[in-house]
Amino acid sequence: MENSASNEAFVRFDGVQKSYDGKILVVKDLNIDIPRGEFLTMLGPSGSGKTTSLMMLAGFETATHGDIYLDGQAINNVAPHKRGIGMVFQNYALFPHMTVAENLAFPLQVRKMGKSDIETRVNRALDMVELGSFGDRRPAQLSGGQQQRVAVARALVFEPELILMDEPLGALDKNLREQMQYEIKHIHERLGVTVVYVTHDQSEALTMSNRIAVFNDGVIQQLAPPSELYEKPINSFVAQFIGENNKLSGTLQSTQDGVCKIRLSTGEEVTALDINTDGIGKESTLSLRPERVFLDPVEGQCDNIFKGKVEEVIYLGDHKRVRMNVCGHKDFIVKVANSTDNKGLQVGGTSAIGWSSKDCRALNPA
Amino acid sequence: MMANTVEAEGQLTPEEQKRLTADMHRSLRRKKIGALFLVAPLLIFIMVTFVAPIASMLYRSIDNPQVLEYMPNTSAALADWDGNELPDEATFAALVTDLAEGRKNYTIGKVATRLNYEKSQMRSLIMGTARKAGKLKPPYKDQVIKIKAGWSDIDNWKVIKRESKSLTASYYIAAFDMETTPDGEIKMLPEKERVYLAMLWRTIWMSVLITLLTLILGYPVSYLLASLPMGIANTLMILVLLPFWTSLLVRTSSWIALLQGQGVINDVLVWFGLVNDESRLSMIYNATGTVITMTHILLPFMILPLYSVMKTVPPSYMRAARSLGATPFTAFYRVYLPQSVPGVSAGAILVFILAIGYYITPALVGGQSGQFIGNMIAYHMQKSLNWGLAAALGVILLVFVMGLYALYSRFVGNNNQMSLR
Repeated sequence: MENSASNEAFVRFDGVQKSYDGKILVVKDLNIDIPRGEFLTMLGPSGSGKTTSLMMLAGFETATHGDIYLDGQAINNVAPHKRGIGMVFQNYALFPHMTVAENLAFPLQVRKMGKSDIETRVNRALDMVELGSFGDRRPAQLSGGQQQRVAVARALVFEPELILMDEPLGALDKNLREQMQYEIKHIHERLGVTVVYVTHDQSEALTMSNRIAVFNDGVIQQLAPPSELYEKPINSFVAQFIGENNKLSGTLQSTQDGVCKIRLSTGEEVTALDINTDGIGKESTLSLRPERVFLDPVEGQCDNIFKGKVEEVIYLGDHKRVRMNVCGHKDFIVKVANSTDNKGLQVGGTSAIGWSSKDCRALNPA
Repeated sequence: MMANTVEAEGQLTPEEQKRLTADMHRSLRRKKIGALFLVAPLLIFIMVTFVAPIASMLYRSIDNPQVLEYMPNTSAALADWDGNELPDEATFAALVTDLAEGRKNYTIGKVATRLNYEKSQMRSLIMGTARKAGKLKPPYKDQVIKIKAGWSDIDNWKVIKRESKSLTASYYIAAFDMETTPDGEIKMLPEKERVYLAMLWRTIWMSVLITLLTLILGYPVSYLLASLPMGIANTLMILVLLPFWTSLLVRTSSWIALLQGQGVINDVLVWFGLVNDESRLSMIYNATGTVITMTHILLPFMILPLYSVMKTVPPSYMRAARSLGATPFTAFYRVYLPQSVPGVSAGAILVFILAIGYYITPALVGGQSGQFIGNMIAYHMQKSLNWGLAAALGVILLVFVMGLYALYSRFVGNNNQMSLR
């Protein structure tokens, strides 16, 4: 089984460690298999080791321990320019002294391609990113979004099988960033290249990826498709980092068949899925998505029912965010659809709230 | 500016337009006057202490008052002289008057010196005659020729006539190793007497060599400084700047101690048996000494502009080039080098312009073969007191440097704007 996995993996990190100063490990024991054609995102806060991992794959940093394989070959000792990996940098790194066309021609020229061949490919790449008439401009004469597209085109023009992207949309404004997310996603789908993408923006990761590796402290916390990552976080860090999350902490009372009882510090008992607890009597943090909490639950809909006091109502058009005081937690958030039923939500009022134990996950203490 | 006026209406009527333009000019004028007040003290200081003296110094290279001012009668008498035969008695009379007057006022020496620049022996001709001019009675012609036979030589009269104009090109002619024949023809001096052109040429090629050496030594250092973390780079920068804080004389003298025949380097070489005790290397008091010492002294002027430009080149450019398949050399040559060109040209022009005008260091360590044109200018300023020639040499140097700078700003200046974002 393990053997076949290593054959399938196009990119493989095997027990990779990295330390800059010989004392602290920035990347601790990294293991990922990335199949051909996948869009994998490395997501995490700054300093979590995601960019370092990408730089090791690109060849700009050397792993202090472990091996990195590309298409079955160990590439630890292969120079960056021999790896044939396309890369898009944070600030695009377009060469300012060359025109757009010269920038695109650069990877082809260093590969000693013929002149006419280069011209065809450059034009095709420009058309792909819809910048056909911009070949003679210099990067400084382009807008941020256009520069971004040139950078993508340059990373693709020599037809690498693997593209690395290091926070490529970080410098763009919000609207443009969303538009570029779709463009990059579509290019990936059309060309079928393997993409390893680094970002600290979780919505970007959720939008674009096949799978997301959540990094923290140099360790992958969870590696899963976006929906699984959001709905089934396996530890408190992931639950907190991806999307909005209600945290309730208490101690584990009993556990049976994957369902457990947690006693909160205020005395209430909550039924939850036992995902990642340390044993009876130990601390645990409950994770609960705001949209899985119901106001005035119908009989039988929820197996956890409590009282909550409304502290604040924030109107957001299609829905309302209600901040409530529940079981001593003052920042318990409930998302309520903007329907006529709950017009009467008043600050200071009390309401019954409830959730299903299937939506509530008992995790490690945060 | 005036945001409310412009934004309130999409289209302005011609009248409003006019008023807006007037308002804008008024507000700008106030700003301009304010700016003028800010720079005024410096401007006045520079005009008084720098521009005016330099301008008057440069004027000396064409200024020619001596003959006209101190031999006014002779100058007037020679104005109509055709130059074919000896001047008439009236001219000789004027000469005697001028010489006697000049001797009495102690001004005749200046004329003698001035004329001696043009033709040797003019000094003794003038001074010798002037000494006796006061006692002469008319008719003068034969008596004067008797005192100094030189007065029968038409060529001497021609020189006096030529230099009795208030402006002269003769200093420039001398500075280009040329002379004016009595017939008014300008030709090159005999090979043996040429000095300045060879020295100018030597100044230029040695400055080019020094610039190249500082570039070769400075480029890798700047690259290292620009790519190191801030803390380490700052520490190393102190080492680069250390020579700046040491007196120029101290630095030059320490090179003498190192390079001289009985100096440290020769001693070490002899001690290791690499060089015979009898054939110690002569590395100082010649061109080699000038090049070594000046390369060291001017190195910071190359490193600083290089460093400041390289600091702005993000390391991601090199990484991008590598990831696109370029070897380290290609990535450097095609991506890094073009972006460091503004630093290279700024450093090179700075070092070259400083080098071409240097004179203390060549004077101390240059010996005979390592002298620069600056040393010649200093010599004429301080020793020979031929300020006109010194000024002419200075102007030639200045024009050369300004021409070079014009070329620089024309070719590199434009390029800068394109390559910088």
